[in-house]
Amino acid sequence: MFLQQLINGLALGSTYALIALGYTMVYGIITLINFAHGEIFMVGAFVGLLMVSTFKLNIFLAILIAMISCMLLGIVIERVAYRPLRKSSRLSALISAIGVSIFLSSLAQMIFGADAKGFPESAFPVHQIRVGTADISTLQLLIIGVSAALMIALEFIVKRTKIGKAMRATAEDYNTAALMGINVNMIISFTFALGSALAAAGGVLVGLLFNAVSFNMGLMAGLKAFAAAVLGGIGSIPGAMLGGLLLGITEVFGVAAGYSSYRDAIAFTILVFVLMVKPTGLLGKKIQKKV
Amino acid sequence: MGEAVQSMVGQIDPYLLQIVVIIGIAIVLALGLNVITGLTGQLSLGHAAFMSIGAFTSALLTIKLQTPFSVNLLVTGALTAAVGVLIGYPILRLTGDYLAICTLGFAEIVKVIFLNLEITNKAFGLSVPPPISATPLPITVWLVVFLAITLVSFIQNSRFGRALKAIRCDEIAAEAMGIDVARYKVQSFAIGTFLAGVGGGLYAHFISFINPSDFGFLKSVDILSMIVLGGLGSIPGCIIGSALLSAAPEFLRFMATYRMLVYGGLLVFMMIFRPNGLMGGINFMEIFLKLLGRKPGMKKLQERWRQP
Repeated sequence: MFLQQLINGLALGSTYALIALGYTMVYGIITLINFAHGEIFMVGAFVGLLMVSTFKLNIFLAILIAMISCMLLGIVIERVAYRPLRKSSRLSALISAIGVSIFLSSLAQMIFGADAKGFPESAFPVHQIRVGTADISTLQLLIIGVSAALMIALEFIVKRTKIGKAMRATAEDYNTAALMGINVNMIISFTFALGSALAAAGGVLVGLLFNAVSFNMGLMAGLKAFAAAVLGGIGSIPGAMLGGLLLGITEVFGVAAGYSSYRDAIAFTILVFVLMVKPTGLLGKKIQKKV
Repeated sequence: MGEAVQSMVGQIDPYLLQIVVIIGIAIVLALGLNVITGLTGQLSLGHAAFMSIGAFTSALLTIKLQTPFSVNLLVTGALTAAVGVLIGYPILRLTGDYLAICTLGFAEIVKVIFLNLEITNKAFGLSVPPPISATPLPITVWLVVFLAITLVSFIQNSRFGRALKAIRCDEIAAEAMGIDVARYKVQSFAIGTFLAGVGGGLYAHFISFINPSDFGFLKSVDILSMIVLGGLGSIPGCIIGSALLSAAPEFLRFMATYRMLVYGGLLVFMMIFRPNGLMGGINFMEIFLKLLGRKPGMKKLQERWRQP
């Protein structure tokens, strides 16, 4: 029972972590809460669904195409809605992000209709594997595997490549990075592309997990992922992974303990309590303000 | 007199009247958030939660206790403010986005609790009887709007309001000047949530059917967009922002399915063209005085400063 729930929680939590990474990276670099991120996740799910059901593509290829198209979407959104506002107050950028979010979700509702759509049976053959007392489905393994692979790839890009170094420098200090010859605009676009790609992969995986893709799936998932990012300490990449997994696991255990009608509140209750004790999140750095 | 007013209100086109009432309620809510976010600079994404607390309290007061509407609204506001203080005390020591997400989380928790409570009729929602009052609802709403505007303008220009603005500009500097930051933050939260509760009570009696799901994240965002669009901290901005955004869905009705699409796009474009809001950075008192010829413009003042 415990192992079973742990696996369920890991699968759900790793999708939260994938979305949370996008929030945290964008926040780290331009201190913007990108409220449109949940909608990018939703668009990713729809692209994946389209690829599988209409073009009959392999699920891995579908995830890849969803990631690439959301990369472009992320770059376009940044260029159109956030870049003109970079110098103005953060709240205006926030409202702009909310505008983009409303725009995208109503666009999806117009194109795909209001009802939830499921992946075809053939999208991914689901088998149950029995390990000890737990039933693990191949779908859960796929979700955990793909998420882990993507997170390792992200860690590699951020820590080991030149562009990753530039990202870290820009997050550290925007102006100094620009003075050092880093093309900060390009780096910010790249950050949006990376975050959006992860969200798109998360979207396809969540669509498979619940077998439902709908125009409003981005709202709650986005809020919870944002909660996960803050729980881990916003701006910190390992924090987002930890926060996502933690939220996913506690949510699954909460539901298993019989609090299913309080499902959506569980994540936020934990968040509020953690912030009371540790106001900068689990792995967040305490920033000493200079006077 | 009551009858005369009633017949006067009755002559107005009901659809137009409805929009006017929606605008009025939006102004009350926006003014409340304006005190918290605009004046004190504390980003709250949970204003709708306080609105829902107000809405359910007010509805239950009418249903169970048959409280007269004026008393009802006062009690509702006070109760919501009490909850606001209770919540605000621990969370207001968080800063910036941590505070934002905490208020958001609180809003979701309130929504889920209301969805599971017996007294709020769980997820089915609550039918609210008409308010127990001789004055028609539109008049009450606009009376409240007038009182709220007066209250907030007094706050803005008082010693208290200046302390709040100091906290908005720089918390550390404000503390160094001897301002009790924690106390002022909680007080501003109390005023903001009081108005949210009253707004919620008006909303409940106007819409006459409330469901906890109506007061989700999107409602909070709606109110926040109003004050940011109008210009943070500006009362005229607040009024114009609420009027525009709460009437926009009605005026965009002819576009039917494209409505929300256009609304989202509009938010983005307005922010790009007026990043500080429509009324941001405009000092109405100065313009008014200048028109009267009582006060020289800023430019003249600066020139005079340079030539001693």
